[in-house]
Amino acid sequence: MHMADALVSPGVGGVMWAASAGVGAYCAAKVRPQIDEGKLPLMGVAGAFVFAAQMINFTIPGTGSSGHIGGGMLLAALLGPHAAFLAIASVLVIQALFFADGGLLALGCNVFNMGFFPAFVAWPLVYRALAGGTPGRGRLTASAVLGAVVSLQLGASAVVLETLASGISQLPFGAFVLLMQPIHLAIGVVEGLATAAVLLYVREARPEVLAAAVKGGGLAGVPVRKVLIVLAGLAVATGAALSWFASTHPDGLEWAMGKTAGVEELPAPATGIHRVLATLQEKLAFLPDYSFRSGGEEAQADEAPSWPAPSAGTSVAGLVGAACTLVLVVLVALLLRRRQTRGSP
Amino acid sequence: MGMKDTGGRTPAHVFDTLALADSPVHRLDPRVKIVATLAFIVAVMSFNRYELVALTPFLLFPAVLFSLSALPARPLLTAVCAAAPFALMVGMFNPVFDHRVIGHIAGIEVSAGWVSFASILMRFLLTVGAALLLVATTGMYRTAMALERLAVPRVFVLQILFVWRYLFVLGDEAAALNRGRVLRSFGRPAGVRLFGRLAGGLLLRTLDRAMRIHRAMLARGFDGTVRFLGDLRLRPADVVFCGGWCLAFAVMRLVNLPRLLGQLLTGAFS
Repeated sequence: MHMADALVSPGVGGVMWAASAGVGAYCAAKVRPQIDEGKLPLMGVAGAFVFAAQMINFTIPGTGSSGHIGGGMLLAALLGPHAAFLAIASVLVIQALFFADGGLLALGCNVFNMGFFPAFVAWPLVYRALAGGTPGRGRLTASAVLGAVVSLQLGASAVVLETLASGISQLPFGAFVLLMQPIHLAIGVVEGLATAAVLLYVREARPEVLAAAVKGGGLAGVPVRKVLIVLAGLAVATGAALSWFASTHPDGLEWAMGKTAGVEELPAPATGIHRVLATLQEKLAFLPDYSFRSGGEEAQADEAPSWPAPSAGTSVAGLVGAACTLVLVVLVALLLRRRQTRGSP
Repeated sequence: MGMKDTGGRTPAHVFDTLALADSPVHRLDPRVKIVATLAFIVAVMSFNRYELVALTPFLLFPAVLFSLSALPARPLLTAVCAAAPFALMVGMFNPVFDHRVIGHIAGIEVSAGWVSFASILMRFLLTVGAALLLVATTGMYRTAMALERLAVPRVFVLQILFVWRYLFVLGDEAAALNRGRVLRSFGRPAGVRLFGRLAGGLLLRTLDRAMRIHRAMLARGFDGTVRFLGDLRLRPADVVFCGGWCLAFAVMRLVNLPRLLGQLLTGAFS
């Protein structure tokens, strides 16, 4: 469920970057005093372990497909929330950079979706609440599965919201939710079982490891109030960004049509979250067609949508121009490439 | 990574090796490369969802980096394709949900959904391409150096370096474990319990290793700071690179260059 840059708008990407950076800085401050106790190499190898463990597969009974561990819940159970968040974030940075898995702009979204939810929601509110200090087999399994399911469901719905708020995909909210949530329910159960299998083995072979993790995490504790404040702040920021987008760019195409063809709207079914939000806003707003207008027009003014409306002249110009640009880019690249390969030994 | 036995060799190995080469792009300060790449991605992603024509000039950035760095094309293309599924999966719904006809090419109706789908593919190619080129010409070590200088918390920079270092060590171990199991099980699938034992065993060895690493670090006087070999210094070329490209992105973002070019060529101005 790594989100790609190609589906994230700078507004959403920026808000999520800020949120993840904030949580990360908080975690770094929390972990720093523990460096002396060997927390750092522990976090490092635990992060690397998540990568490595993905090379060990198991077969999901009855399906023939194979599963592997995702890691968020396992890291939280082993390291406690702060160290786990940093470890997950570092894994995601490396995946974004070296495996092209998730993008740079989407990194904030991905860190939040896959790091914040397991470490700061599923771990304190589900896993630790259920498992307690020294859980039995069944209890440990249940809390790991439930924790993984909860964090993946939250993560998946965050993916849906972030994608829709970005307004690049046109998947309607309902369809997207129906697509994402059931898949991630299945993934969550499998990941939970895999996490439980590893934790059970660790509990059997070296019970003190798990006890230390719960204790270490428990001492630092998770300030539920701070978590709620972060979530509330984020909701407000997202809401503000969303409503701004919804009011200023109700729909890029609509505006393009209005400008080029003189028709504001084509008689077509209105779909997409932007429309939904726009209508919702129209209904709820105290002042319909209100504020931000001037700012909105400024924002739109520099946004010359070049896809041609059905007027032949501009359409041909756009296509011819794009083709020529492509040819120019290829020419420049070839020229530089030849010089480079000739120049280097 | 899947079921294939790759012997622990990942795309990450390939990219870190590519970064050892030497070229004008490799020699640039990693900080300016990071800043320029981020500016590029933000500019590309700030267009509205139906933009396609105005995105074409942005191809210049990855194309120039690719040419100047003299990197081989194959590993880059492999990585781009491997990253494609999510954007493709979500993007392909646009033609399904957006049927409004917005133009004609040679008499064939073009629906808005197809245009926005093409736009997503274009953005995907641009953003993934630029990010991969950044890494393939910089490498993890210099990237971490730049991150530290760009005020990323030190604990986090250390964490990234640690994961990176032990990723390869543990990756080899995990691959050996998996190969051993496959060889002894004659094609029988592994259940989740066996997985727990294999992965759990690896985890416990990993934790012991962390303890040994920590003692070794303390013995060598580790005090929580990262000490990088060599220093980053901004040269005039770095400043020109960063400033020049950011300016170019701003122009490409504000002026629809291809359409101007097209209008000039087809005489639509008059």
